[in-house]
Amino acid sequence: MTSIPRTAVIVGGNRIPFGKAGGAYAAASNQDMLTAALDGLVARFGLSGQRLGEVAAGAVLKHSRDFNLTREAVLGSALDPHTPAYDLQQACGTGLETVIQVSNKITLGQIDSGVAGGVDSASDAPIAVSEGLRKALIKAGAARTTAQRLKALGAIRPGDLTPETPRNAEARTGLSMGEHQARTAKEWGITREAQDELAAASHHRLAAAWDAGFFDDLATPFLRLTRDQGLRPDTSVEKLAKLSPVFGKGEGATLTAGNSTPLSDGAALVLLAEQEWARARNLPVLARIVDAEVAAVDYVGGGEGLLMAPAYAVPRLLARQGLSLQDFDLYEIHEAFASTVLATLAAWESPEFTRDRLGLEAPLGAVDRARLNVHGSSLAAGHPFAATGGRIVAGLAKMLSEKGPGSRGLVSICAAGGQGVVAILEAV
Amino acid sequence: MADFYSTLTRSPLGKTVTGSLGLPQPASLRRGRTLPERPVALGAIGAAGLAAQTLALLGVDAVDALLDTPETRTTDDEGKARPPAYEQRLGGLVLDATAARTIADLETVRALLRPALRSMGSSGRVVVLGVQPEAVDGVEATAVAQALEGIVRSVGKEMRSGGTANLVQVAGTSAQELASTLLFLLEGRSAYVSGQPVRIGTVGQVPAPEARPFEGQIVVVTGAARGIGAGIARVFARDGATVVAVDVPAAGQPLAAVANEMGGTALQLDITAPDAGRRIAAHVAGRYGDGSRIHAVVHNAGITRDKLLVNTDEERWQSVLEVNLAAQLRINDVLLDPELPGGLSDGGRIVGVASTSGIAGNRGQSNYAASKAGVIGAVHALAPLVAHRGITVNAVAPGFIETEMTGKVPFATREFARRFNSVQQGGRPVDVAEAIAWFADPASAAVTGQVLRVCGQSQIGA
Repeated sequence: MTSIPRTAVIVGGNRIPFGKAGGAYAAASNQDMLTAALDGLVARFGLSGQRLGEVAAGAVLKHSRDFNLTREAVLGSALDPHTPAYDLQQACGTGLETVIQVSNKITLGQIDSGVAGGVDSASDAPIAVSEGLRKALIKAGAARTTAQRLKALGAIRPGDLTPETPRNAEARTGLSMGEHQARTAKEWGITREAQDELAAASHHRLAAAWDAGFFDDLATPFLRLTRDQGLRPDTSVEKLAKLSPVFGKGEGATLTAGNSTPLSDGAALVLLAEQEWARARNLPVLARIVDAEVAAVDYVGGGEGLLMAPAYAVPRLLARQGLSLQDFDLYEIHEAFASTVLATLAAWESPEFTRDRLGLEAPLGAVDRARLNVHGSSLAAGHPFAATGGRIVAGLAKMLSEKGPGSRGLVSICAAGGQGVVAILEAV
Repeated sequence: MADFYSTLTRSPLGKTVTGSLGLPQPASLRRGRTLPERPVALGAIGAAGLAAQTLALLGVDAVDALLDTPETRTTDDEGKARPPAYEQRLGGLVLDATAARTIADLETVRALLRPALRSMGSSGRVVVLGVQPEAVDGVEATAVAQALEGIVRSVGKEMRSGGTANLVQVAGTSAQELASTLLFLLEGRSAYVSGQPVRIGTVGQVPAPEARPFEGQIVVVTGAARGIGAGIARVFARDGATVVAVDVPAAGQPLAAVANEMGGTALQLDITAPDAGRRIAAHVAGRYGDGSRIHAVVHNAGITRDKLLVNTDEERWQSVLEVNLAAQLRINDVLLDPELPGGLSDGGRIVGVASTSGIAGNRGQSNYAASKAGVIGAVHALAPLVAHRGITVNAVAPGFIETEMTGKVPFATREFARRFNSVQQGGRPVDVAEAIAWFADPASAAVTGQVLRVCGQSQIGA
């Protein structure tokens, strides 16, 4: 082993514009989208025919036939087919978790380069047969005689023929993510106005970034879609205020289709490499991955909100790095819902939360909102679950690089199952 | 890629029917870096030796050309006089008329052409060398030099079976300086170039032509995502270049496919952006190292916004001039900075894409024709300004090329454009690309300020 310290850096990224569920990518599979994102990345950095250390990606909604999704995408791409690949899945944290994984392998010297990210399709979601039908079909398949086969198939009841579609719901509570978040929003007193303001800003900022050409080297169009399909540059707080709440009940309901992320299709990838390896190949060196942390909360019986885990992960990460919440030039907090961002910020400012839940003496304090999600986030771009981490990391690395060496950024992504994945990037 | 009519004429029944109706019989053209398989004949006026030296340099063994004179003719069974005949069909004729100064010399040109044309095989080549009319003294000598152009343009129209005829006009040109051009005109690369004059000057030492002349060189191609641009990228990659494929961000998906196929890089860039030149240079310096420079930039990106002039507003006017002309002038200005990392190297190449519409005008295309004629003007103006750095500036002017874009041209117009040229078919993107690559070849250092039509000697836009 060499004793020279190794630094994992972000070289760049590529995503396809995100589509609305049932929209531009309605006929595209996860593999199609992931391959397209990979080919765009390969073309941007001239990696055609080259072997990389590995490609790590995943999808949250995945067909069982896609058990080797990422490897299949590599084989269908312009990369050298000798590039290994694997799938990794951590709900909405998938994309960032793959970045952490690849970055760690680079730092350890196991690989010099790798691609991390994810893909998701709400349009091509897997549909399963019911448990009754599945059991009957397996039994019939194993039958040795026609009589046995008929008997097995005869056990099928009409109700068994209804297919099971994946639900955006927590297995242990039966509540949808929106219902969970509605509770959190209420608990933290997040107002409808504040949520709509954040949503409108997300759209306006993302539209401005597209107009300015910010995504010229971060996105490659796919199937004629050249910008995020859910982006509404002309939305406003007034327009958003007219929408009816869709999650939560009655008087205090504040979550609307406008301040919640829509179901989306898309793929996003990040190219990582060891710093010197990248420099030797004339590849850009945008930012290094400083550190990362994953936290989980007990949202089932522990009284914590489903999407509040980043509120725990960030303070642990800051403590380990000896940083304060204000030591960052840019913040990227995934907008699962506008209220998720606002509740997380409120938690860090709350003396009660920091004392009772985090066991800290003083609150983390406020985040300068001018530094938060400056080019918009998931409310405007859409949120193909596993693709969000790659989108955020590549965009943040570019922004930090533009700000200059030493600029620091914080990424925070909440995930189903009560988990939160966070990381610190720093421009090189 | 062959159009329906061409396919039809190649089927036994279709050939019989179209042949008996006297309809055009488009030939299958020899393409690529292939010399004629059949012998090339060499003839010369007087003691001229330029063609002979150049063919020797290229390793082409030529046979002596036959001369049609009353003495060399034979009489056939019916008592008719027959010109002398070659023993086998020819692959081409190289006719060195650089010493032709008198009208009487033109008779020798005829006498050399007649037997050769009668024996010319398919995809045959006639290459006539003459002097540039301005380079000779005297009215008759100048007239004779000019007369060669009339002969070659007519012979081009008389060639059959995919044959071409072209004129090279020299002025103090050496065999080394001529080599890349003569090779291009003899090879399949010039399949869709006919009836054209090409001028070559003199610059001194030039490298010899090679099969992969762009090995290790960076070539930037704009509008590379599809059609002719993708064809250009392919030919440069075939010939060894590292291709930087540029196109608008909206064309990113096909652009990535082109870049990955070539092992190059994709640069999503709107060339009309004010900083487009700097971003190209930054990409080159960033991706290939600070010391790297561009060998050739091919300004292929172009758009059409067709309307009769009476219906053309300022937006239609401006967008076409901006993309097709203004953008490349700005990019040239930036890339020509010798201090700029990732800029154009000394000995580099700038190649524009004009159009036959720019030469002859086209109904409904006043904006497009303005931009394309403008490209021609820019070539003429810029070439002498950068000659001291060994940089050449040239352009191709494509005629009807079979692409996704021309596939949308109405059927009748399309068929007309396809047939009314000397090779009776549309060209392919590769034909345009080959001409561009010839301009960009390091061995073509003596070729500058030229606009070459790649149109199969189209009657449209003539």
